[in-house]
Amino acid sequence: MFKDFLNMAIRSLSRRKLRSWLTMIGIFIGIAAVVSLISLGQGMQNAIEEQFFQLGADKLTIQTKGPSFGPPGSNTDLMLMDSDLEVVKRSRGVKIAASRLVEPIRVEFNEKEKFIFVATLPQESKEREMVIEVANVDPSDMIAGRPLKQSDQWKVIMSEDYLEPKFDNKGLQVGDKVKIDGQAVEVVGMYKKTGNPMVDMAFVMNEDPVRELLDLPKKSGLIVAQVTPGIDMALVVENIEKDLRQHRNLKEGKEDFEVESPEDLLDSVSTILNVVTAVLVGIAGISLLVGGIGIMNTMYTSVLERRKEIGILKAIGARNSDVLGIFLVEAGVLGLIGGTIGILLGIAFSKTVEIIATIALGTTLIQASFPWYLILGSLAFSFGVGSLAGTYPAMQASKLPPVEALRQ
Amino acid sequence: MKKNKVIIKLKDVWKTYTMGENKVHALRGLNLEVAEGEFLSIMGPSGSGKSTAMNMIGCLDIPSKGSISLDGTDIASLAESDLAQIRGQRIGFIFQKFNLINTLTAKENIMLPMVFQGYPENKRHEQAERLLRLVDLHDRMDHRPNELSGGQQQRVAIARALAVSPQVILADEPTGNLDSKSGGSVIDFLKKLHKEKGTTIVMVTHDANVAKHADRREYLKDGQIVKKL
Repeated sequence: MFKDFLNMAIRSLSRRKLRSWLTMIGIFIGIAAVVSLISLGQGMQNAIEEQFFQLGADKLTIQTKGPSFGPPGSNTDLMLMDSDLEVVKRSRGVKIAASRLVEPIRVEFNEKEKFIFVATLPQESKEREMVIEVANVDPSDMIAGRPLKQSDQWKVIMSEDYLEPKFDNKGLQVGDKVKIDGQAVEVVGMYKKTGNPMVDMAFVMNEDPVRELLDLPKKSGLIVAQVTPGIDMALVVENIEKDLRQHRNLKEGKEDFEVESPEDLLDSVSTILNVVTAVLVGIAGISLLVGGIGIMNTMYTSVLERRKEIGILKAIGARNSDVLGIFLVEAGVLGLIGGTIGILLGIAFSKTVEIIATIALGTTLIQASFPWYLILGSLAFSFGVGSLAGTYPAMQASKLPPVEALRQ
Repeated sequence: MKKNKVIIKLKDVWKTYTMGENKVHALRGLNLEVAEGEFLSIMGPSGSGKSTAMNMIGCLDIPSKGSISLDGTDIASLAESDLAQIRGQRIGFIFQKFNLINTLTAKENIMLPMVFQGYPENKRHEQAERLLRLVDLHDRMDHRPNELSGGQQQRVAIARALAVSPQVILADEPTGNLDSKSGGSVIDFLKKLHKEKGTTIVMVTHDANVAKHADRREYLKDGQIVKKL
C-alpha cells in the first residue's frame, strides 16, 4: 500500500515539477544549514579532542581562577608562586611538576613595537620534556633554524606565522635580532604552525632569562604536573586541591585556583561549542520552519486543485485514511527529497569551509565531520517536517464529501 | 428474463439541499428496485434528479429521508468509511468524463481500486492485464490517459470499474463525451458484459438511443419515477 502511495506521490509531484522544486528550496536551505553547522561544530570538537589526546591524558594544569584577558596563567591579580609549585611537587601522585610563565612582553623590530605573549620552557630536562609535550610544540618540527637549547640565554623561537610581515612590512627570519623589553634577543628557530592560534602567536624562551628580564624571581605562572602512572587522575586532582588549599589557607569551595585535567578542559570547551552550535542550529531551524510552511501551502493548493481526483479516489473505494495517507506521503516525499538535496549541499558547503580554513587560515581546527546519525537524523527530520506540514491539508482532503469533490 | 432477487431497493428516498433560504428537493420520494442481473436505464431531462439518484445508489451520498438497501445492507445509516468499503467492494463506477487519474498509466488506474481493497500485488497485475485484454487495450497498458482517445479512456474506466468484480456497475452518461462510434462500442461492451457475465448494470442517460439497449427503462422527472416523460 505504502509503495503504491509512494508511486502516486512521485508521479503527482513530477507532474508539477516547478512548484515541487520551489517548495523544496525552503527545505533544502534549512537542512543544508543545519547539516553544515552541525558537521563543522562536530568536526571542531573532534579536532580539539584529538589535540588533547596528543597532549597526553596524564597531565594536569593548575592555574589561578578569575577573570583573565590573556592566556591561562597570565592573570596579574592572583598568582601562583614558587612555594605553590613546591606544594604541588610534594602532592601524592604527582610525578613531576614545573612552572610555565606566560607573560606579555614588548617586542621591537623594524622600528615597530608589538605586545606579544612569551611562554617559557623549564631549564631542567625532564620538566622541559613534559612542558614541550603539553605545549604541543614538536621540537623536531622546525622549518628553519634549530630548537631552543637548555643553555640558550637571549634566544627565542616562534612559529612560522612570524615569517609573514607582522612588523610593518617585515616578517622575522632566523638570525634576526628583536628587542624584548629593551633586551636584544636572537631568533634561532621557527617551528611549524600548529593550527592553534594561542600556540602559534606566542614567543618561546627559556625560563631563567625571562625571570631575569621581567624581574619575576618567584612567580610560577601556570603549573603543569604529570601524574604517576597507575594512579587515578581524579584522586591526584583531589590531593593537589587539598594541599594547595592548606598552603594558601583557603576553605573548601573558596579556592582561588583550579586544577584542570584534560577531561575538564575538554568538557568546558565542548560545552561552549555545543551551546554555540545549538544557537546556530536554532537559527537554521527557522528556515526549516519556513520551509515546512511552504510545504503546507503547496499541499493545501494541491488539495484544492485535486478535489476531483480525491472524489474519484473515494468513488473507487478509497477510505478517508487512504486519502490521508496519499497526501501525507506526498508531503513527506517533498520533505525527503528536499532533505536529501539539503544534506548534499550541506556536506559540500562544510567541506568548502574546511578547505578554505585549512588553506587560508592555516588552522586544522575546522574539520567537517559527518557522523551517520547526522545524515540519518536529517533525512528522518525532513521527512517528518514534510509530513507534519502536510497533515492539515491532508486531513482537509480526506474529509471532503465524495459527491462534492466529484462535482467539479 | 426471469425475475431474480432484488439487489438494490430505494424506498421513499428524499434528498433535500439547502441553498441559502431555499430548500431544493432533488429527490421527492423516489421508489426503485433493481434485480440482480438486470440492465436498467434511468432516463430523464437535466435537473430531474438522475445524478442524485445515481449517487445514492453508488453510496456516494446518503438520503435526507428514506432508506436505500444494497444487497440487504441499509446504507442510509452508515459512516463514510463503511460507505467507502461498500463502494470499493460492490460497486463499479463509469463516469461521463471517464475520471481516470491522469498521472497514472492505464494499468495503474485499473489496479487502484484493488490497492484500496488490499489485493496482493501479483493478483493486481494479473487482474489488470486480464481486464485490459477484455477491453482490447492490452497494447496500451503503459499509456497515460492523455495519450488515449476518449473511447479508449472510457474502456479503461470500464476495466477499472470491473477490477474488484463488483455486484453492480453504475454508468452515468457513459457515452456523453464520446462520438457515436466510440459510444456505440462502449454500449456494445456493456451489453456483452451483461449478457455473458450477468452483471447488474444501472445506466443513467438522457439519450433514448442509448437507453433502448437496456432491459428495462425508468423515467425520472422532478425527483420521482414517472410512467412517461
